[in-house]
Amino acid sequence: MNDLALYVRYLGISLRGQMQYRVSFVLQTFGHFLVTAIEFISIWVLFDRFDRLHDWSLAEVAVFYGFINVSFALADAFGRGFDMFGNMVKSGDFDRVLLRPRSTVVQLAGQELTLRRVGRLIQGAAVLAWGCHALELTLTTERVALAVLVVGGNFALFSGLVVVQATMAFWTVETLELMNSFTYGGVHAAQYPISIYGKWLRRFFTFIVPLAATSYFPIVAFLNRPDPLGSPAWMAWVTPLAGFAFLAGSLCLWRVGVRHYTSTGS
Amino acid sequence: MRPLIAIISARFRLLLQYRAAALAGLCTQVVFGLIIMMVYQAFYRSAPDTQHPLSIGQVITYVWLGQALLAMLPWNGDPEIRALVRSGGVAYELLRPVDLYIYWYARAIALRTAPTLLRAVPMVIMAMTMFGMKPPSDVGSAVGFAIVLVGTLAMSCAITVLVGITMMWTISGEGIIYLLPSVVTLLSGMLVPIPLFPAWAQPILEILPFRALVDAPYRVYLGDIPLEQLGWILLHQWVWIVVLIVLGRHLLKRGLTRLVVQGG
Amino acid sequence: MSQIRVENLIKTYRVAERKAGLRGAFAGLVKRRHRTIEALAGISFELEAGELVGYIGPNGAGKSTTVKIMSGILVPDSGNCVVNGFVPWRDRTRFVSGIGVVFGQRTQLWWDLPVIESFELLSDIYRVPADDYRKRLGELEGMLDLGPFLDTPVRQLSLGQRMRCDLAASLLHNPPILFLDEPTIGLDAVSKLAVRDFVKQLNREQGTTVILTTHDMDDIEALCRRIIVIGSGRILSDGTLSDLRRRVSRERWLIVDLEADHSPPEVPEARIIQYEGHRVIYGFDPATLSAAELIATVSARTTVRDIFVENPPIEQIIARLYAKEA
Repeated sequence: MNDLALYVRYLGISLRGQMQYRVSFVLQTFGHFLVTAIEFISIWVLFDRFDRLHDWSLAEVAVFYGFINVSFALADAFGRGFDMFGNMVKSGDFDRVLLRPRSTVVQLAGQELTLRRVGRLIQGAAVLAWGCHALELTLTTERVALAVLVVGGNFALFSGLVVVQATMAFWTVETLELMNSFTYGGVHAAQYPISIYGKWLRRFFTFIVPLAATSYFPIVAFLNRPDPLGSPAWMAWVTPLAGFAFLAGSLCLWRVGVRHYTSTGS
Repeated sequence: MRPLIAIISARFRLLLQYRAAALAGLCTQVVFGLIIMMVYQAFYRSAPDTQHPLSIGQVITYVWLGQALLAMLPWNGDPEIRALVRSGGVAYELLRPVDLYIYWYARAIALRTAPTLLRAVPMVIMAMTMFGMKPPSDVGSAVGFAIVLVGTLAMSCAITVLVGITMMWTISGEGIIYLLPSVVTLLSGMLVPIPLFPAWAQPILEILPFRALVDAPYRVYLGDIPLEQLGWILLHQWVWIVVLIVLGRHLLKRGLTRLVVQGG
Repeated sequence: MSQIRVENLIKTYRVAERKAGLRGAFAGLVKRRHRTIEALAGISFELEAGELVGYIGPNGAGKSTTVKIMSGILVPDSGNCVVNGFVPWRDRTRFVSGIGVVFGQRTQLWWDLPVIESFELLSDIYRVPADDYRKRLGELEGMLDLGPFLDTPVRQLSLGQRMRCDLAASLLHNPPILFLDEPTIGLDAVSKLAVRDFVKQLNREQGTTVILTTHDMDDIEALCRRIIVIGSGRILSDGTLSDLRRRVSRERWLIVDLEADHSPPEVPEARIIQYEGHRVIYGFDPATLSAAELIATVSARTTVRDIFVENPPIEQIIARLYAKEA
């Protein structure tokens, strides 16, 4: 059985385990939905008072918000296995992962598919749908392609951040919230078009954690409106690839982490 | 009294050990604070001529106060108590020679103060020197703020303990755990200061207990709530605190009887 | 050509120190101190295929470090290690296909799944061909008597049942080498015997090399022809149990159950090790005083209800070995 089939098999097991606790699942999903929906409520409240955010309308911000939440929800759901990794190091269960003749990445990634994250997915999709509807956006192939790039690129980027966060667990035993500043902070920041931020933050989100690359530029093209930052149209098609590059880099870092683990023990 | 101090001190010490976590938490919050601050700045810049209930300067201070005191809010129940109730080990808690509610309350005090202390001090220093946070508008505001903050801690602990107690009713308990963070964030003024909410929402938010956790103390600090109104603020706070404590004690007794009857 | 060759393994760890008390907690915020622990100071031994070896030592002696190195999950600071023709920590995925590992205190099975599903998943992970898997499962099921609970979720099994399942799980891919780390810990007497019988049978019938790490001396006595003793990162002894005994001391024990209220007679050349209730234990050196002579002397001077001649328990031997080396 090759690695991909094994990964899918693992996911199936995780899902079955979660479905055993049906009531809890529904509650958790609803709770997750609410927690993430509150974010948009606060945006709505602010727009109610201020009417515009620079030259963006509520519906446009809703599109940014929706895309980021959808992609992050997916990455969060699939990446939970790596999230749990920190505990494995503490309990010594990672040794067992190393004793199996399979890639550590496949084994960890398949550990869990957290279904309740669909709460964030639902509210993100709902907000996105509302925004598109309010702006009367037509469904073109170009739009679909851009949407796929946005979700795919962001998914890769957030997954990469999760891997980096897990890799940190090799060096510090305590759970690191540091990466949360990048993941959740990134989600929070990218919910708004980054043109509203100052220069240094825009630079940070373009070159260090390339959220701007994976979301802002392609979404501006998706909205088919002029970019206040003045970027050329082709950027929208190229920059999402930064997300995939980031993921590749984080997997290299992971390998360094595993090497460190095997040379120092736990 | 001595066992209580020992409990608080032990837990406090334990929580202080998580220095990497504290540092990381500090970084996270600085990042969040900056992003939130910049979003507000962008909003205010978009409507420069309108008169707003709070100025951008006040909002910035409000935001940083929120980040500094974040750990004091009742985001969740005490995770150890949650595990205890789940496993049924809560029965062993009854063997302790201290009133169980008071014991859990004492733990909550440590839980809500130790991490806060670790983060609040550096955060405030950074915010005041670099991010535009302002000190209290006058001495009276500072003193008022401190007084209201005591109530905030008391209420936060009462809610924390209440959450732990509701865990004894599995379904509703779990429901509360998952709904609490969103309720607290929105209704306390954590996400958006309450004066910025639409007019129709204000009366509802004023009555609910949650604004006493965030909005009330911060606006006293800013001087936005004048000291004459301090009495009402405190009354509102402490009425709710008493309600929460009484409710908590009652539910605890019923919950324990239920557990004993069911056999844990 | 030995199957396992370990040469001069050296491994040190750095451990962070934490001080107690409130002041220490604050101090820990600023700077952490480290100390170095020398886990292995030059370990060497060779094992042939089919051996059943006991690897024993006190806690912190370096047992788990050695096993981790041999199983490829830890890299030594220096020294060589060749297992099954591989250097374990290089080429990890190919190497681990050829070993089985059982940790006594942690299961490798999936907690919520029925046992059989864990087995199937493992057969996929180890890429065991379907026919081989079925055959192997049948064998192991028979040898370990797993039939009654193959469909039970692992979390519902008793410790003894779980250990048997873990043993089977580690052998599904037919590895030539099996590492057992504290396999009988916490088990009831019946389960312990079952585990021991299984390991003996496995080694005898299938020639599986077994390295057994344990604190349970009964395990050692029942199973191991060869015993390697490690202490403070060094090999203290490597040979058979009798070799070990002879090395440490030739002393044997005479256990006498006396008639009520008689005090034990003093015998020159024999020392009284313990006297409790009606039972007295004499220690003697067969070279200076034969068992027969001692029995005769004691029986002549008091009324004896029962008599046993024994070797001192291994714990004693090991303890004396450490004391000698220290």
